[in-house]
Amino acid sequence: MEKIDIIDQLPYTEPFLFVDELMEVGENGAVGAYTFSGDSDFYKGHFKNHPVTPGVILTECCAQIGVVCLGIYLLQNEVDFTQKTIQIGMSSTQMEFLFPVLPNEKVTVTSEKVYFRFNKLKCKVKMHNSKGLLVCKGEISGMFKSNANA
Amino acid sequence: MNHEIKYNKLKDIVKVYLPEDVSVDAITLESNFISELNINSANLVDIVLDVEDEFDIMLENADMDKMQTVQDALGIIDAKLEAK
Repeated sequence: MEKIDIIDQLPYTEPFLFVDELMEVGENGAVGAYTFSGDSDFYKGHFKNHPVTPGVILTECCAQIGVVCLGIYLLQNEVDFTQKTIQIGMSSTQMEFLFPVLPNEKVTVTSEKVYFRFNKLKCKVKMHNSKGLLVCKGEISGMFKSNANA
Repeated sequence: MNHEIKYNKLKDIVKVYLPEDVSVDAITLESNFISELNINSANLVDIVLDVEDEFDIMLENADMDKMQTVQDALGIIDAKLEAK
C-alpha cells in the first residue's frame, strides 16, 4: 500500500485530521509530518491572547501519524480496505511535553512499534519541531477493528 | 506447577488491570474479565501478554476469543503448557 493510500484510509477529516504527509512507514514504525494551521479554532481559546497548540492536539497528531497510519499499514495484509472500513479507539496514552508548539509550526512525528498483538498497537512516539527540537514524547496504544462497508 | 500456583499467578497478573472500583476479592474462577471484572479489551490484551511472559507460552487469536473467564484462561494456560 502506498503512503498516500494510507492517508486516504484515515477515518478523519478537517478539522480533525492531523497528518499532511507520511514520509516513511514499515513493519516497525512510521514517520510523518503536519503543519498546525494558525487559523485553527482552538488557538482562540488556548490561551487567551497567547496561542499555543494544546497538548491533547499534539497527542492526537502523534496518534494519527504514529499509531493509526502504522496500524493501517500493518493491517493491509489482513484487511481488504476496498471492502472494509477501519474502526479505531485510543486506549491509553502517557505523554511528556517538553516545549510549546506555536501556530503555523511544522512538526515531524516518529513512532516505533512496541507490539501489535490481538488488534492492539502500542507505540513509542516522538514529535520534533522544524528546528529538530524534541517537543513531546510518550507511549500511545490503540485498538483496531475492521467492519464491512455498509 | 499445580493448579493453585497457576491460579495465584494469574490473579497477580489480573489484579494490576482491575479498575479502582473492583477489588481483588472479586476475582473468582467464574469471573468474566469484561462483564464482571470490568477489564476493557485493551487491558485484556495486556493480561494475555503478561500471561505469555509469566508462563512462557504463546497465545493465538482463537485463544483470545475463547478467553472469557478466569477459568477459560487457566484452561488455555494448561493446554499450552501441556503442548510444550
